[in-house]
Amino acid sequence: MTTVVSGRRSTAPQAPKGGGAKRGGGKAGGANWRHRLRRDWPLLVMTLPVIVLLLAFHYIPTLGNVIAFQDYSPYTGIRDSEFIGLANFSRMFSEPAFWKAFFNTLSITLFQLVFYFPIPIAMALLMNSVLSPRLRTLFQGVVYLPHFFSWVLVVSLFQQMIGGAGLLAQTLRNHGYEAVDLMTKPDTFIVLVTAQSIWKDAGWGMIVFLAALSTINPALYEAAAADGANRWRRLWHITLPGLRPVIVLLLILRLGDALTVGFEQFILQRSAVGGGAAEVLDTYVYYQGLLVGDFGYGAAAGLFKGVVGLVLVLVANRFAHMVGEQGVYSRS
Amino acid sequence: MTSPTLTSSRQLARRRSGIEAGRPVWEEPPTVFGRLSKPVVLALVALLVTFPLYVVVVTSLSSTEAVTRAGGLVVIPRELTIAAYVQLLSGGVVTRALLISTVITFVGTAFSLGLTVLAAYGLSRPGSLFHRPLLFVVLLTFLFGPGIIPSYLVVNALGLIDSYASLILPTAISAFNLIVMRSFFMGIPGELIDSARIDGAGEFAVLSRIVLPLSKAVVAVVGLFYAVGYWNAFFNAMLYLNDNNKWPLQMVLRTYIVQAQVLPTGAGGVTSGSGMGLSPAPSLAIKMAIVVIAVVPVLLVYPFIQRHFTKGVIIGAVKG
Repeated sequence: MTTVVSGRRSTAPQAPKGGGAKRGGGKAGGANWRHRLRRDWPLLVMTLPVIVLLLAFHYIPTLGNVIAFQDYSPYTGIRDSEFIGLANFSRMFSEPAFWKAFFNTLSITLFQLVFYFPIPIAMALLMNSVLSPRLRTLFQGVVYLPHFFSWVLVVSLFQQMIGGAGLLAQTLRNHGYEAVDLMTKPDTFIVLVTAQSIWKDAGWGMIVFLAALSTINPALYEAAAADGANRWRRLWHITLPGLRPVIVLLLILRLGDALTVGFEQFILQRSAVGGGAAEVLDTYVYYQGLLVGDFGYGAAAGLFKGVVGLVLVLVANRFAHMVGEQGVYSRS
Repeated sequence: MTSPTLTSSRQLARRRSGIEAGRPVWEEPPTVFGRLSKPVVLALVALLVTFPLYVVVVTSLSSTEAVTRAGGLVVIPRELTIAAYVQLLSGGVVTRALLISTVITFVGTAFSLGLTVLAAYGLSRPGSLFHRPLLFVVLLTFLFGPGIIPSYLVVNALGLIDSYASLILPTAISAFNLIVMRSFFMGIPGELIDSARIDGAGEFAVLSRIVLPLSKAVVAVVGLFYAVGYWNAFFNAMLYLNDNNKWPLQMVLRTYIVQAQVLPTGAGGVTSGSGMGLSPAPSLAIKMAIVVIAVVPVLLVYPFIQRHFTKGVIIGAVKG
């Protein structure tokens, strides 16, 4: 018994690690380490600039979140500002404007989950049933396009179509009706931003589902048809189960981003709609932190958002494993 | 109408491959409702995307009379003129912003793409020293964002406020693009690289002579993604630039279109007089011309991006 185990142990390090045939590393040890450094230093030099940039503009700012626990002032700096524990957070939780932004964000996420999320799936199914490859390419070319537009551009286009001076208002006015400005109404703002998101990204969202559809074995459909399943039963029993891993994965990612609804889209329209309906967590952080100049407080709101988001992703992923799906990362 | 011979030959070809009109034999023929509704839905969706662009382009090319007669945006083109573009591009805010955006896009793309290629190769050799922890550093950035306030403070501390570098450095590296490129590099047969190394090539020579020539498609796609990103970038400029004279095009678009501020005229304004003897363009046409100028570069590179979709570069990387 023991000999088997030890035998296994002795062979294990000789197996190539990470699929590398040449660079297996061989036996572990200090001398070998120096040899690998002499061999691999050009690779390290190549990687270094990216690592430096990520450290400077991603990791150091992340550490900079300590100012959320400080009475931070730009004049005293991060080193000399006084630590005030959770005071920023307790102030935040007693602030109605924060909760307003919080619930705005959540309701927009939920609304988009119901009205936006299914659209790329439906479009992919429709697309998949179009037989002419020429027509498919053309259609894909058209609907992917807005994904490459900036938010400034998308908001501009919406404004020109349905804004106060836009085409819709202008047409109504020319025909003697009262003009409407759908871009500044707080009540329908949630519909507006969802429509904008759909216009910009629903076509692009299709791409993942098309890829998943192409991996479904066509023989399954043929067999089902031979067994007498009509197209709806084939959709229900073959297509949708085939899409399920992707749907679960995207739902997890969306859940992890539940507190992120897109900063640019909202900052662009906040002044037109007003801080009530258009305030989401990201814009709240921006206004409180940078425009009001309350850095520590803004950082606290941002940190709250980041930590909740991280927890949501991990929880959702755990849940996906529990129901037997792959999730974002698999347990190794 | 296509000629009958062409149609029949195409049908013959399909029949020979066992496909009747592209549809598998076991599939029931489409219902009347399906046959009618599908083209309508597809056409409607395509129209939803293209119609706003069409209106904006037509209005930007319209004369004052055409705009007045339409009461604003022009749907049916009449009396087209390029006066708005001549006015915008003959100096002034938009010309400068266009120049800044162009330079930032080129410099930024070269910088980002160069570093991404280097790091993607540096992390792609199996079993190399530290490649696991370094890859982890890259991957971890997916899980959390640094936050707006601390990012601002770091950029401020580095003295980058109001510098063009602030439009490039903070978001220069996309971990996603890096991973896409790395997984492509890892697919290159190791024997090729090893044989070059036996011939005495160093890592830089392997990268430039073996790996890059084999990876033109992925380099092109990642480069185009970076380029579109820089062209569309607005967040960094809004956060880090206080000086209006350094604004890229997206900030100009925001100020004069989204916030609908009045277009300044004259020296230092959006337009510097009406150029080339054309009658001055209506301000609506000028505004729409700014929108068009922001769209055109994206439309120009888009066919190149799209061509690579079909090669599956992106999808393959997303799935892997």
